[in-house]
Amino acid sequence: MSAGAAAPARRERALSEALFRYVLRLADTSLVLGQRLGEWVGHGPALEEDLALANLALDLIGQARLLLTYAGEVEGEGRDEDALAFSRDAPEFLNLTLAEQPNGDFAHTIVRQWLIDCWQLEIYADLAASADERLAAIAAKALKETRYHHRFSSGWLARLGDGTAESRSRTQAALDSLWRFSAELFAADEVDERMAAAGIAAPLAPAAERWRIRAAADLQAATLALPAPQPYPWHGKRGVHTEHLGHLLGEMQHLQRAYPGVRW
Amino acid sequence: MYTQALDTHGREPVPAAEGAGPAARFQARIDADEKIEPKDWMPEAYRQTLIRQISQHAHSEIVGMLPEGNWITRAPTLRRKAVLIAKVQDEGGHGMYLYSAAETLGVSRAQLIEQLLSGAAKYSSIFNYPTLTWADVGAIGWLVDGAAIMNQIPICRCSYGPYARAMVRICKEESFHQRQGFEIMLTLAQGSAAQHAMAQDALNRWWWPSIMMFGPSDGDSRHTAQSMAWKIKRFSNDELRQKFIDVTVPQAQFLGLTIPDPRLRWDEATQHFQIGPIDWSEFYAVLKGNGPCNRERLEARRAADAAGAWVREAAAAYAAKHGGRAPAGASHG
Repeated sequence: MSAGAAAPARRERALSEALFRYVLRLADTSLVLGQRLGEWVGHGPALEEDLALANLALDLIGQARLLLTYAGEVEGEGRDEDALAFSRDAPEFLNLTLAEQPNGDFAHTIVRQWLIDCWQLEIYADLAASADERLAAIAAKALKETRYHHRFSSGWLARLGDGTAESRSRTQAALDSLWRFSAELFAADEVDERMAAAGIAAPLAPAAERWRIRAAADLQAATLALPAPQPYPWHGKRGVHTEHLGHLLGEMQHLQRAYPGVRW
Repeated sequence: MYTQALDTHGREPVPAAEGAGPAARFQARIDADEKIEPKDWMPEAYRQTLIRQISQHAHSEIVGMLPEGNWITRAPTLRRKAVLIAKVQDEGGHGMYLYSAAETLGVSRAQLIEQLLSGAAKYSSIFNYPTLTWADVGAIGWLVDGAAIMNQIPICRCSYGPYARAMVRICKEESFHQRQGFEIMLTLAQGSAAQHAMAQDALNRWWWPSIMMFGPSDGDSRHTAQSMAWKIKRFSNDELRQKFIDVTVPQAQFLGLTIPDPRLRWDEATQHFQIGPIDWSEFYAVLKGNGPCNRERLEARRAADAAGAWVREAAAAYAAKHGGRAPAGASHG
């Protein structure tokens, strides 16, 4: 290969690597959140909520499957959805730190869900117009699902925030605790910048602004107080996680680890 | 998923002195295969029998979410995980419309759930067995849902309209679940030696409890006759059990698995498979609360109910404050 051809090839490889990481971030966020919601099934506060949480889990696992399959194709190493889901260790998972936080009480689950729903609404809306047709198609489908998820989570945020004194204090506590992970949602790094430059993803700053407006409106409807910014930088999307992810993966990957290389 | 004729352990329905006229007209309608609807006159004993049976069925669906839900976080592939979540969700859905069917008879879901949590109401004993390996998820689909279908298909023709209609939809979903379970077993049976052993072990543990799901033998079943006359029940426990055995034994052979019954044999004369004696002492022990997971299952339901109390109170308080309107969260979606 001549020196003249090497530079474009390098650029293409770098873009492809960035795309792989970018898609994994979306995929892992959906997968890990779906896994958490799966823990609720059979244990919800009422039958209707049990079924709704299962629905959310199903949608998120479905998104993860489409995205992981695509990530595997972008990577070109022959890894399918299951190889990516069950054979990577925690530092290779690129989900938002928020997604892996434990279910806690119903208020924690709802606040975590609502924060991510608001994030996915903006990200998927932008991605639906992506220059990457595959991502655009996945995002368009996921956006429809996310609208329902947000209807559920913001509806419960309002019921809990504006319900009883106990529900209000539990929900404000959950919000105050989980808010620290919200700074990561729109913190752009070189992967995001490369995606924006290639027209694959939109720049994050306008989405962050829309997110802030929606979040403030939902919180107001829920009569909850917006927590103060908490600037400690979390880096789940760069593979640096909280202690919780390792346990989640240990459980999720148990069978594939115990019986490697077989069909299920 | 539910089959067990639990009503045989409740009190005997008492044909009360409700007047010969309405009772005779009622029985005539049943005999003419008419459906009884919620607002129709019905004998009190018929109503109580149905409330007990439908609510036990509903409770079984809800408790049944637990053993399978136990594997949602550990399902071996993402496809299996999605299918399992959808399946457990279906069971919850069945519970929901069965509670609704019971409510048409004049009880509330809250009352019925209270009976479950207090231990007063029964649910199918099969869910008091543990799911120890992934193969158990396959075995439940194949055997437990398979047995449930045997019992539930006749209930689609039950004389009480709301129960019969709920059962039509439930049966469709159960037969889907049964095929999914069989497919899990097939994959394991044809997989590695360890997977095959896992499938065999699951069959060993689930076979007899599944056989017992049909309830006591006809000779020991107390008021099958009245339920038959009311067309709540269409076949006896033993008839349904035999049907299940005849269908399932060849499926086990196809899987290359061994039914854990050394006395199992094909009987040329009757054209049925004959099984060895059933250990009814185990059945009654589990029914009385001494099965491997009775305590865990009820505790899980009670824990969910207790942990959810403040959530339900919040929803009620919100509805009261806002004139019953749902939150407007959807408006900015």
